[in-house]
Amino acid sequence: MDSALIPKGVKRCPAWQFIMWIGANGAVLTWGVFALLLVYFKGLNQTNMNNAYGFALWIWADLAVIALGGGAFFTGFLRYIVGKDELKNIINYAVLIGFICYSSALMILGFDIGQPLRGWFIFWHANVHSMLTEVAFCLTAYFGVLAIEYAPLVFENRMIKKVPFFHNLSHNMHEIMAVFAATGAFLSFFHQGSLGGVPGVLFGRPFGFREGVLVWPWTFFLFTWSAAAAGPCFTILITKITEAVTRKKLVKDNVIDLLAKISGWMLFFYIIAKIGDTLYWANVTAPSKGSTFMDFYTSSSGSAYGLWILFAEIGVCGVLPALILIIPKLRKTQATLWLAVILAVIGLCLNRWVMVLQVLAIPVLTFESWFTYFPSWQEIATTILPVAYGVIMISTSYRYLPIFPQERELNPIDEPAAPPEVAESEPEPTDAGPEPELSPAES
Amino acid sequence: MENAKKFGMVIDLDKCTGCGACMVACMAENNIPFRADNTDKMLSISWMHVYKLNNRKLFPDYEECYLPRPCQHCEGHGGHSPCVSVCPATATDYDMDTGIVSQIYPRCFGCRYCMAACPYHVRQFNWWDPLWPDGMEKMLNPSVSVRMRGVVEKCSFCIQRYQQAKDRAYMEGRREIAEDEYQTACTQACPAGAIVFGDLNNPEHAVHQLAQPDPARHGHSKNPRAFRLLERLGTNTKIYYLSSREWVRKAGDNYLEGEFKSKAHS
Repeated sequence: MDSALIPKGVKRCPAWQFIMWIGANGAVLTWGVFALLLVYFKGLNQTNMNNAYGFALWIWADLAVIALGGGAFFTGFLRYIVGKDELKNIINYAVLIGFICYSSALMILGFDIGQPLRGWFIFWHANVHSMLTEVAFCLTAYFGVLAIEYAPLVFENRMIKKVPFFHNLSHNMHEIMAVFAATGAFLSFFHQGSLGGVPGVLFGRPFGFREGVLVWPWTFFLFTWSAAAAGPCFTILITKITEAVTRKKLVKDNVIDLLAKISGWMLFFYIIAKIGDTLYWANVTAPSKGSTFMDFYTSSSGSAYGLWILFAEIGVCGVLPALILIIPKLRKTQATLWLAVILAVIGLCLNRWVMVLQVLAIPVLTFESWFTYFPSWQEIATTILPVAYGVIMISTSYRYLPIFPQERELNPIDEPAAPPEVAESEPEPTDAGPEPELSPAES
Repeated sequence: MENAKKFGMVIDLDKCTGCGACMVACMAENNIPFRADNTDKMLSISWMHVYKLNNRKLFPDYEECYLPRPCQHCEGHGGHSPCVSVCPATATDYDMDTGIVSQIYPRCFGCRYCMAACPYHVRQFNWWDPLWPDGMEKMLNPSVSVRMRGVVEKCSFCIQRYQQAKDRAYMEGRREIAEDEYQTACTQACPAGAIVFGDLNNPEHAVHQLAQPDPARHGHSKNPRAFRLLERLGTNTKIYYLSSREWVRKAGDNYLEGEFKSKAHS
């Protein structure tokens, strides 16, 4: 039914199967959209946020998806600026995942405000001292960059590239892609950092507050670093999941291995910095405000904010995946590679959770108690919405676009010889390169 | 900023009976919305909230204390309030002429970053549309705008009263207003006279004499009975509390073990 749209030389599931898959995810997406409409029309009273939890699940989701989408900017940085040529075989997917993450973040920001129709005020009445302002500007600009990076891939669709304009546009965009990759890396450094600055500048909240350099608290640098470290792990994880779902090898091991190794070393040095930051904060910053380390953790068993969360974030989901990824033997073993990237992703998400939710849970006034929060179904549905959207985007892109340049080589199929009249009806542009090699990474 | 004022408040906790008159006066003066069931204080709005503290001892040593908490109108260092600097849309402002932290409701788009920044929970969100019982809308204060759903609001030190007092003085050919011409609703409503309001920069005002702020130490009080909430965070608030009871003064801030005396009285 849609075979004319599917890239040549690759095998895709039957159309009915694809439609069923999209339909199932579409149902989840519709559920999320329904919750979203409730929030839009009835207001934020549809959530379980309150005056103590002004920030909650959505802000965490925002910070988490932006950090996970960090694989796009860092892989682009490694490919175009550092010159790691092998990464051209995964950069398309990193860009697509980044595009999904950032569009999801913008969508969440769009409904996580009390007056959505005034959302543009953040640009119009911008307060240059606010970390959120920096986030909004850089995030929007970088989303534009990701759209520019993703567009040539869309133009590579078999039918679209038949139009000379799109074909030429795609070719010319490839030529200057390094400029956009550099711009993206620059913008990402600032907005990932600004997101770290969001809790870091809160000098009224001793759990989140950090000293730093000039106007930037240490969390500014830690957030950028952790996104660059664990973002590629998310790219690897999604690649591995895609391979599992499609039952195909899509990216060669040496590509994954290189990205995992760099990610591992980044994670290793990040976790050292994070441990240093935690020790300084616990021994210097917090005591200077009159608080002990244990004031920030509950001792009651089963608590959401016990010490376990710190050990989980730094130890199990920080040190352990870093060690796995920097030891070649463990990195090259599929089971431990899976474990490492999953743990690194969880660790990143835990860090964002702690730096948003725990900051607000802790009583600062001595006569207040810990604040509790559990999200409403509307919050959960609208947070799952981007996941369904992401699955649909990936499935559609995988089906119709040459996302994985190595797919044909890794999965050769015996194509029946095409009758001459069919071959003539679909002439390939003469200046196009061999299809497996087409990618924004290639100029 | 030669004649800059710094409006502030002194609340004598030894006098406060916890009657709640300040809260009621505040709600009436400032058109604060409420719901049919207003019991969940994490979802309702009260610019002035009265906390009930106790000394965590058992009878016969048990003691309690009521602590009214309006917006602390933090100055921070150089007007760097915790909430003002974080607002992405410049919807809140620290006025260097008055020391009042204001909120611009039509500009706030409800991101709630200021709520996260405020350790005192004085910033509260309009989770619902403000609805008034039939007929009650005619009793709203025409000098105070009613806030809409989805924006943050907080105590303004009844700034409309300051504007009215200034207008009156201008009409009478005066440049300055007298101490009693600008008083907040909570101050006037307190039957125990526990709340004193005025210009902390003016040595003739009672609030200055009670608070005895030391400008060299970011307003730290020289009065041994006085303390400010969470002073160690550097918020530099303009609400001073008085108490002759040590446990009450200690409850105002976080201290490491054995640290209270040296820090509080240094």
